[in-house]
Amino acid sequence: MNKSVLLGALTVASLSAGVAVAGTLDDVQARGTLNCGVTTGLIGFAAPDANGVWEGFDVDFCRAVAAAVLGDSTAVQFVPTTGQTRFTALASGEIDLLARNTTWTFSRDVDLKFEFVGVNYYDGQGFMVPRELGVSSAKDLDGATVCIQTGTTTELNLADYFRANNISYEPVPIETNAEGQQQYLAGACDVYTTDASGLAATRASFEAPADHVLLPEIISKEPLGPLVRHGDNEWADIARWTLNALISAEELGVTSANIAELSAGTNNPEINRLLGTEGELGAMLALSADWAKSAIMAGGNYGEIFERNIGESTPIGLARGLNAQWTEGGLIYSPPFR
Amino acid sequence: MSTLSDAPKQSFRLSQLIYDTRYRSITIQVIALILIVVGLGWLVNNTISNLEALGKSFSFSFLSQPAGYDINQMLIEYNNQMTHGRAALVGILNTLLVAFLGCVAATFIGVIAGVLRLSKNWVVSRLMAVYVEGFRNVPLLLWIILIFAFMSEGLPQPSDFRGSTPVASMSLSDSVAITNRGTYVPRIGFTNSLSGNEVVAAQEGATPVSSGRVDWLVIYGVLAVSLVAISFVNRSATAKQLATGIRPSTIWKNLAIFFVPLAIVLFSLGATIVQPFLKGFNFTEGVHIRNSLMALWLALSLYTGAFIAEIVRAGILAISKGQSEAASALGLRPRRTMSLVILPQAMRVIIPPLISQYLNLTKNSSLALAVGYMDVRATLGGISIAQTGRELEGIMLLGAFYLTLSLLISGGMNYYNNSTKLKER
Repeated sequence: MNKSVLLGALTVASLSAGVAVAGTLDDVQARGTLNCGVTTGLIGFAAPDANGVWEGFDVDFCRAVAAAVLGDSTAVQFVPTTGQTRFTALASGEIDLLARNTTWTFSRDVDLKFEFVGVNYYDGQGFMVPRELGVSSAKDLDGATVCIQTGTTTELNLADYFRANNISYEPVPIETNAEGQQQYLAGACDVYTTDASGLAATRASFEAPADHVLLPEIISKEPLGPLVRHGDNEWADIARWTLNALISAEELGVTSANIAELSAGTNNPEINRLLGTEGELGAMLALSADWAKSAIMAGGNYGEIFERNIGESTPIGLARGLNAQWTEGGLIYSPPFR
Repeated sequence: MSTLSDAPKQSFRLSQLIYDTRYRSITIQVIALILIVVGLGWLVNNTISNLEALGKSFSFSFLSQPAGYDINQMLIEYNNQMTHGRAALVGILNTLLVAFLGCVAATFIGVIAGVLRLSKNWVVSRLMAVYVEGFRNVPLLLWIILIFAFMSEGLPQPSDFRGSTPVASMSLSDSVAITNRGTYVPRIGFTNSLSGNEVVAAQEGATPVSSGRVDWLVIYGVLAVSLVAISFVNRSATAKQLATGIRPSTIWKNLAIFFVPLAIVLFSLGATIVQPFLKGFNFTEGVHIRNSLMALWLALSLYTGAFIAEIVRAGILAISKGQSEAASALGLRPRRTMSLVILPQAMRVIIPPLISQYLNLTKNSSLALAVGYMDVRATLGGISIAQTGRELEGIMLLGAFYLTLSLLISGGMNYYNNSTKLKER
C-alpha cells in the first residue's frame, strides 16, 4: 500500500502528463482494456472467484462499461484498491474508473476533483456485533473496541456518532475488509462497522453467520457510486449513461433474456433508442450504436446484476429496499433516453 | 647567439574540452550539472502542469482543517475536532515512541547476542547463531505480521476474563492483563493531585485517583534536581580522589539524594498504584500497551538486534588478541576483561555501522501499516491524504519528516562517535 501511495504520488508528479485529463476514451480504446479500480475483496461487490475471475456488483458495472466502450465485457483489468489508495490510483491515471462502493460526498466531488457518475447503491453505515455480546443498540457501545477501515467516510461518521452521543470507543484501524474480518472474528474488536451492505456481505462469508447481528441503527447516508476523474466530461458521460442504461433497461423490461429479440425493433421508441435501432445516441457518445445493448448483455440489467450478486437469493440476501426502481417505491431512477 | 623565445602560445581549441585532461573533468561536471538542472526542471514543470490538468492546487492549508478521525494511541491530547496538523503530530510522536523503544531494545538484544555468539559454550553460541540467521534472513514485514497474528489469535479476549469460571486470568497477582487487544499494566495515580479537577473514582467505592499531568511534571522536576545533585557529589568525589588518592564512598549519599525527595513528593501527592480491571467491553484504568505497538516493537528490535549482534561481534573480533591476553595477565577475570578492556575499544568499530542500523529501524517503523499502528505514515501519510486528496503535499511532508529525523539521529550518533573515537594527536 505504502508503495502504491508513493508510486501514485510519483505518477501524479511525473508520468501522467496529458493522460489525466482529456481522452480517457481514446486511451482505453487504444489500450484495448479498461482499468477498473475495485475493492481488494468484498464478496458480492468485487472478489475473485475460485478461478481467479472477478465477480460482483461493482465488477459487473466495470464489465458493462468495457462492453459499451470496447464491445468486450472481459477486456477489463481489475485493480484492487484499499480505502487509502483508491483516490490516488484514480487521480494518477492508474485506473480509468473507480467502482469500489465509494460514498459520494461534497469534498470528494469538489475538492478531490472527482466526478461521481451516479448512485448504484443507496447505503448507510451499520454496526455488526457478536450475538453473545447481548448488545441491542449502538448506543450501548460505550467503551467498545471498533474495527474501522481507514480513509473512509465511515471512519468520520463513526467519530461523529460517538461524539454526538457522548460515548467513547477505541478504534482499531484496518486496511482491507479481509483484515477487518480476521480481527473481528478473533475478538480483537467487539464491533465491526462499515456500510450495511458490506457488513451483510462480510457476514455471509462467516462460518456461522447467525452468531452475529447487525444493530438497528444506520448512522449515515452512504450513496455509493462509480466515479471518474474531474475534467474529462466525455468519459464521465459514457460511465454515467452506461449506469443509466442498466437502470433504464430494468425499468423498460429489457433483460439479458429478451434483449436479442427486442433489439430487432419494438414499438416502444425509448427501447429502440436505448438499444440503438432508432436515433443516434451511440454516436453522440462517440460509441457504436449498440453500446447500450452490449453493456446490458454483459451482465443483464441493473435488477439482474443486483439479484445475481447481492440479492435475496444469494447468501448475502440484501432486499432491494431503497435500491428498488422508483416505480416500485425505491430511489433508483434514470433520466430518459432521448 | 641564441635567443630565448617563448614557448609557442597555444590557442584554445574546443576539442581540448574533451581531449585535454586539464579541461575534461570540468566539462563532464558542467554537463552533469546541466542534465541534473534540466531533469529537475522537467520534474517540477511536469508536476505543475499535471496538477493544473487535474485542477488541483498546491497548498498545505489542509493541515489546519479539522481531521475528523480518531486515533487510538495518543501521547498528547487529541480529538477528532482537532486539525490534520495535530493528527500528524500525534503520529509523529507515535513514530518517535516506537523508534526510541526499538533502538533501545535492539541495542540491548544486539549487544548481548553479539557477545554470547562468541561464547566458548557451544550451545549458547549456536543458539545465538540461529537467532541471528533466523531474524536477519526473513523479511521484517513477515515477523511483524507473524507476531501480531500470534497476539490477536492466540491471546485471550477481554471477555474471557469475565464470569464465574473465567477462561483466562490476570497475571502477577491480578495486576497485569494480557489480552488480544493489548497488555494492561498498573499505573501510578494520585489521590492528592495538584490538577484536582480530573480526579475520578475508577470503581465504585474506590478512592478517587487522578492521572495528574501536573503531578508528573513535579516528579520529573524533582528527579532532574536529584540527578544534578548526584553528578555534583560524584564530581566532588573525583576531585577529592585526584587530590588525595582516596575516593570517598558516595553510594549511600547518592541513593539518599535520589530516593528521599522522590518518596516525599510521591507521598505528599498520595501516589497509589491503580490496577486495571474489567469494565464493560474492555479493561480500564492502568496503562494500555496495544498489541500493534508490542508487535511492531518486538519485531523491529529482534530484527535489528540480529544485525547489531553481528556488528558487535565484528567489533569485538577487531580487537587484537593481545589485549585480552594482557588483561588476563594482569589478573582480570573474563567478564571484567570484556567490560573494561574489549568493549570500550570495540565501540569505536561498532558505532559507525550502528548508526545506520538505528536509521534503518526508524524508517522501518513505517511498516506499522501492517498492524494498524497509528504512526505518522498512518495519520499524515495515510488517512489525511485519503480524506483530503493532498497526496503530493502529504508525501513531501512525510519525506521531510523522515529525512529530518534520520539526520538528527545520525548527527547525535556522530557526536557520540567523535567523543569516543581514538584521539590522535
